[in-house]
Amino acid sequence: MQELKTLIWKEVALEWRQRYAVSGMLLYVGSTIFVCYLSFKVNQSDLTPIVWNTLFWIILLFTAVNAIAKSFAQERLGRLLYYYTIASPKTIIISKIIYNSLLMLLLAGIGFGFYVLVMGNPVADLGLYIISIILGSLGFASVLTLVAGIASKAENSATLMAVLSFPIILPMLLMVMKLAKNALDGLDRSVSLDEIGTLLAIDAIVIALSYMLFPYLWRS
Amino acid sequence: MKKAWWKVLTVVILAYVIFQGLLGTIPRQPILNETIRNLYFHVTMWFAMITLLLVSMIFAVRYLRSDNVIDDDKSAAFAKVGIMFGILGCLTGSLWANYTWGGFWPNDPKLNSAAVGMLIYFAYLLLRSSFEDEQRRARISAVYNIFAFFIFMPLIFVLPRLTDSLHPGNGGNPGFSSIDLDGRMRMVFYPAVIGWILLGTWISSISYRLKVIQRTQEERVAESAVGHRAEVNG
Repeated sequence: MQELKTLIWKEVALEWRQRYAVSGMLLYVGSTIFVCYLSFKVNQSDLTPIVWNTLFWIILLFTAVNAIAKSFAQERLGRLLYYYTIASPKTIIISKIIYNSLLMLLLAGIGFGFYVLVMGNPVADLGLYIISIILGSLGFASVLTLVAGIASKAENSATLMAVLSFPIILPMLLMVMKLAKNALDGLDRSVSLDEIGTLLAIDAIVIALSYMLFPYLWRS
Repeated sequence: MKKAWWKVLTVVILAYVIFQGLLGTIPRQPILNETIRNLYFHVTMWFAMITLLLVSMIFAVRYLRSDNVIDDDKSAAFAKVGIMFGILGCLTGSLWANYTWGGFWPNDPKLNSAAVGMLIYFAYLLLRSSFEDEQRRARISAVYNIFAFFIFMPLIFVLPRLTDSLHPGNGGNPGFSSIDLDGRMRMVFYPAVIGWILLGTWISSISYRLKVIQRTQEERVAESAVGHRAEVNG
């Protein structure tokens, strides 16, 4: 447990010293949202709730893929060997998942704020929408961390990251978009319990798999 | 694996299935009419695909525990044949959809989930091809194989049931169990599943045995080169 806390703190501290990744990703989110805003400004009345919702989640998806891909790519080889000697791989993967979840929560939160600012706010049930953002961020982080680990071991890692992550993240993305749409429409919360349950189940499966499989990845 | 009895069985079963499937009597249902024959091909191929991918995943787990590269060869071979059955399943399903639902690819969650599942496994093939070192390739693709399988299963079973779907068995439609799968059809259906699985196993076994032979040949060439040089120098 102490090891876990130290590892998470290490990630946060390293990031805080030279805020490349976080500021880079914040800029990425901001610019993408702004581009969408400018493109849709032409006829804003045509922005149906479905389009609003889908666009937001697609932006978040691409942000997640980029941000989490960096989490493995940044470490240089010598440092990786050093971590190998001091920490167990299971703790490392859990610490990376937790750190990536925190990062995604930050990016999603700020992204949502900016998105609402420029694109308007048709959300009826804001509480449930925020819950969907939280579940979505956790979900993206847990799925993409292991995939980033796999991709970082290969040659053409950027292409591979994209190709590997999109099919795998699709079920989760569809569930989250459905949940968010329910929140947007203001449906009764009990209607969405199925989706929330499924999302938590997929999260649990993925985190358990990452926990068990990462040590094999680490060895090579 | 070198015994021939199950290969003969495969040929016999599949011949029976194809003959019965295309010429035997079938119950007539509205909309489906003659296309219900596709039940023997489309559904059975998907069953076979899932079984083959399951076997592939089991060999991947075995590889991670044993580090024996032959397990990885088997895992890859079964995955490739599984993917082939998946593509055939998609094609037969698409053909069926054209006659019953009005188009080759109606916007249906189960079809879309199946396509995404195929994409996941195509990405597996891409991953395998992007490594040079054999051990690394084996280990990392084994990890991805296990991960992909556990994502694929909820994707095609759980998700379509939660939404509206044209597909039988999901979204409120009755499955094929009570209405159409009467005794006559069951007699062709179950052998068909077994037949396709056996065919898949046959193809995979040839594939991985070829790989093993290839590797043994390469090692033999490498060793003889080293031996020759040692003779020349020493």
